[in-house]
Parts: sequence; structure tokens; C-alpha cells
Amino acid sequence: MDPLGVVLVAAGAAALLFLPFVVFKSNRIVPGNPCTLAQVLPAWGAFGCAAALALAGGGALWATNARVRLLLALLGVVAVGAAAAAAGDALTPPGDRIVRIAPGGAFWVLIVCLGLLATDATTRMRPKPAVRVLFLALSLAVVGLALARGTFDHLSVMREYAVNATRFAHEARRHLELAFGSLAAAVVIALPLGVLCHRKPRLKPGILGTLNVIQTIPAIALFGILMAPLGALAAAVPLAERLGIRGIGAAPAVVALFLYSLLPIVANTAAGLKRVSRAAVEAAHGMGMTDLQVLAGVELPLALPVILTGIRVVLVQNIGMVTVAALIGGGGLGAFVFQGIGQTAIDLVLLGAIPIVTLAFAAALVLDALVEVLDVRETRQP
Amino acid sequence: MPRAATVLRLGALALLIAFLAKPQSFAPLFAPLAQYGAPPIYDQGNLLSLALAQLGTVCLAAAASTLVAVGLGVLVTRPSGAQFLPLSRTLVNIGQTFPPVAVLAVAVPLVGFGEKPTLIALFAYGLLPIFENTLVGLKTVPGAVLEAASGMGMSARQRLLAVELPLAMPLILEGVRLSLVINVGTATIGSTVAAKGLGEVIIAGLLSSNTAFILQGGLVTGLMAILLYDGMAALERRLLRSVALD
Repeated sequence: MDPLGVVLVAAGAAALLFLPFVVFKSNRIVPGNPCTLAQVLPAWGAFGCAAALALAGGGALWATNARVRLLLALLGVVAVGAAAAAAGDALTPPGDRIVRIAPGGAFWVLIVCLGLLATDATTRMRPKPAVRVLFLALSLAVVGLALARGTFDHLSVMREYAVNATRFAHEARRHLELAFGSLAAAVVIALPLGVLCHRKPRLKPGILGTLNVIQTIPAIALFGILMAPLGALAAAVPLAERLGIRGIGAAPAVVALFLYSLLPIVANTAAGLKRVSRAAVEAAHGMGMTDLQVLAGVELPLALPVILTGIRVVLVQNIGMVTVAALIGGGGLGAFVFQGIGQTAIDLVLLGAIPIVTLAFAAALVLDALVEVLDVRETRQP
Repeated sequence: MPRAATVLRLGALALLIAFLAKPQSFAPLFAPLAQYGAPPIYDQGNLLSLALAQLGTVCLAAAASTLVAVGLGVLVTRPSGAQFLPLSRTLVNIGQTFPPVAVLAVAVPLVGFGEKPTLIALFAYGLLPIFENTLVGLKTVPGAVLEAASGMGMSARQRLLAVELPLAMPLILEGVRLSLVINVGTATIGSTVAAKGLGEVIIAGLLSSNTAFILQGGLVTGLMAILLYDGMAALERRLLRSVALD
């Protein structure tokens, strides 16, 4: 028997037995009544879901083929998702907009166990980078289709979405703008700084040390500290204010994220350039290339995988940190998280948190794949 | 150069202690930042006790994550746990993409407001660097050393305790240091869910737009992080030297 399978099956079975599958709440903030799978689904539905879970569990315990394990795990995920959706439909009185059907502990534990099972199977298959990205795109497409079809419309998180639909689109766009905008600005500044660190090693400890100190300032403090000078700048320079630079809002968030983003990119650029073989640089010089040509044509391309690794760290970190920007009026999906914490409305917290985690995960996966492709291409070249 | 750095560090430590012990004597420094007659020094709580509470939360979380992460790292590098290795690698990668705020927010419904969700978020976030470094540390112990240890008649357990863990120790400690520093900063976010800490000062400053408060909370947190980082680094060097001497 597969030891990982034993652990996961035990956890999943215990959750099904002892934790509620969904929680029925008569409105969005009261604690609700726990319901088990059998209580909320018609007999054939509960039986079907249990059968699918048994198959996934059997696969986890005894199947040795990674593909079979992956397929059975995905079957389990679909069954659990469908059961939650069906429970939402069954428990919501027709036309009611006040009751909330929230996925319960058993739902989350099952999703995590099945997710782990699928992840483990995928890891064992050692998929190529392109396949991984394709797999991600497919899963996102399936979930997106289900959401667009309204499959989960009666579940609590989607109820919160229905109330906040236009704001959600706006905050999501703002979240991406903040994360990518500060990344772009950081790349423009950090690349030359990294090159400088490489060319003038005497400056390196000073530059990296300063950037290191910035990293230790907590995000909310840095946001706050920047509010004062940016506010003063807006008051003194009318043009700055017209450009949208203000003490509160997006400006301090972008500047803070930019400052946090510098260290990983500068450090990785310097490290990547150091990795470039001296022979390659000398050969390029020998061919009569100028300093700048060597940098742009030889050194930077060869250092690209390492630089991209730094960019990956920054992007994932930014997507998470933008959340905090909501505290200073910077917007982004964190607005839902903190609003939800303030109202003790967990569904609203999840409406913000789930997309953030998904975004960060997708960004990490895509950039990891890119780094791997570039790395392989580079090592293949003599 | 090292001497100058030591002086700088001791100065920073002295400054931190002086500020936490007698914050009011620094009032003139912060007064220009507090507008409209707002108090220049945080007056809704004791700064020292807030700093200690935050440090306590961070250290407790770090101790728990060290215990679990090193345990897991040892487990998956033994022959019996080898099957868990690829999955745990992937999990470490996935885990690092989870923003701590999201963990905090999701932990609140499970355990309520206060210190507990912060502890959980810090614990979860601190696991990853330690686990990863434990794995690398244990995996990079040279095979020849292991064979020599077996040849000397050491049991697997003796080998782990007397050879592998000491050799992996510098890397493990580096992981602990990394997670401590990240967590000192992250702990301030815990104040949004009513955990005691310096985040309280920063948030009070944000709410009353009092830059003096924000700066105090931020500077004390930053100084604590830097000093912890340096202190741990010094400890590591000492340990490294003792391992090398053996």
C-alpha cells in the first residue's frame, strides 16, 4: 500500500465522518448549522459522490500508475465540487437571497487531500514545462466555465460575488495593475543596479545592504511612512497630483512594492552575471564587440534564467503584498479580505483570498516553466 | 570594517532599548511628524510590552515551525519516508506562493480573532524556508562521510544525530533566521485581527493619519528584524566554528 495514500485516505475519511460537508447559515454573519453529505444530497447523489471518493481513495491506496492516480484524484475533485454545488442548490429556498450555504470543514479537507494526491501524481509524472502550463490553463478553464455557467451560484462565496460583481472586476484589475506595475518599474531600475553590482564589486555590499534593510521594514509601516512624503509632494507640485500621486491610495503602495522588489532582482542579476563564463565574455570581446554589445548580446541573455528566477520571486511576493495595500486605500482584492475581517464575514474574506492565492500560484507556475525552458536551452548550447 | 559593523549594531541595539524603555524622551524627535497637536509618541499602550508580545508570538511560531520542519525534513530523507520527498518538495514550492495575509484571513474563521490566527499564519509561513534548508542540508552531506560513519559501526540513529544533523546545522539555522526575519515583519499584519503587537501602533497611526506612530511602529519592527538577523548570524558563525573544530 502507498504510505502517502494511507495518510490522505485516513484524513479524508475522518473529515467526512466528523466534519460538516456544508454549513447552512440563515444569513451571512450568524454561525450556521452543520450538515453532512448524506443530509444534503438525494440518495443517488450522495451515493455517486461517495463512490467517486471511494474510487479516488482506492487509487490513492493501491494504484501504482501515476496517470491512473491523477485521473482518479481529479474525478474525486469533480465529485466533491459537484456535490457542494448540488447541496447549495438543494438547501437554498427558491428565490432566496439571504441564506448562505458555506462549504464546511469536510469539503475543504477533501479538496486539500485530493489536491495533494493530484499534485503527487503530477510530480511523479515529471511533466515538461509546457505540459504543466497547459494543465494549469485547462484546470483554470474548467473552473472558469463552471463559474460562468453558474454551477456554484448558490454557494456562499459566489453569493458575495453576486453582490460585489462590478467592484470585484475593478479590484481585481487594480490588484494586477499594482503587482505588475511595481514589478515593471523595479525591473527598469534593478537591472542596471545589478549590472553595476557586477561590474563594480566594491559597491555591491553597500547596495545590497541598503536594499536588505528596506526588506525588514514591515509592509504596512512602509506604506504608512510613504504616505507623508507623497502627500507633501502632491500638495507642493500640482502636476504630481494630477498624475494621481497622493498620500493615500495607489501611489504609496506602488512605491513600497517597488522598493521591496528591488533586492531579489538586483541580487539575482548580479549572481546571474557572475555565473556567465569568463571565456564567453572574452571570446565576445575578442570578436571586437563593445562593452555594451557584450552585455546585451552575451552576458544578459546567459544570465536570463537567474534574473527571471528573481522576477518570479518578486511577482509572487507582490501579488501577496498588494493585499495589504487595501489598508491604505490602495484597493486590490485585499479590500474584500479586510472588509470581510471587519464584518466577520468569512465568505467575503474568501472572495478576496481565493483569487489572490490562485493568481500567485499561476504566476509561480508559469514563470517556473519559463525559467526551466530557458535553462535547458542554455545548457544545450555549448 | 567588522569592528565598525559591530559598533553600528551595538548602537542600534542601545537605541532600540532606550526607545522602548523611555519612549517619551524621544518625543521632540517625533513631534514634527505629529500634526494638529496629536501625541508624538504612542500613548494607547506600552510600547515595550507590545514589542515583547510581538517578539514572543514570532519566537513561539518559529520554535513550532522549526520543530515540525526539521522533523519533516528528517522524515523524508530517511529510506522509509523517501516516498514523501517529491510531494514535499512540490508542497514547499506551492506553500511559498501563499501570501501570509491570505493565511491569516483564512485562519480567522477557524480559530477566531486574536493571537491564534497570527500564530498559525506565522507558523505556516515559517515552515517553508526551514524545511527547504533542512532538505538541502541533509541531502548535501557527502556520501563518503555517511559511509565512513556506517563503517565506524554507527547505527542510523547515531549517524543522524552525530553526523548528518550537525553537518546540516548551518543551513538549518539559516532557514530559521530567514523565517524569523520574515515573520517579525509579517506579525504586524496580525494586528488587523486583534493580535497584540507593534502593528497596533502602525494601524493607530494609519487611522488617525499620524505619521509619528507609523514611523515608530515601523522602525522598532525593522530594528528588531535587523538585530535578530545579525544575532542569529553571529550564533551561526560560532556554531560553524565549533563544528569545524570537531
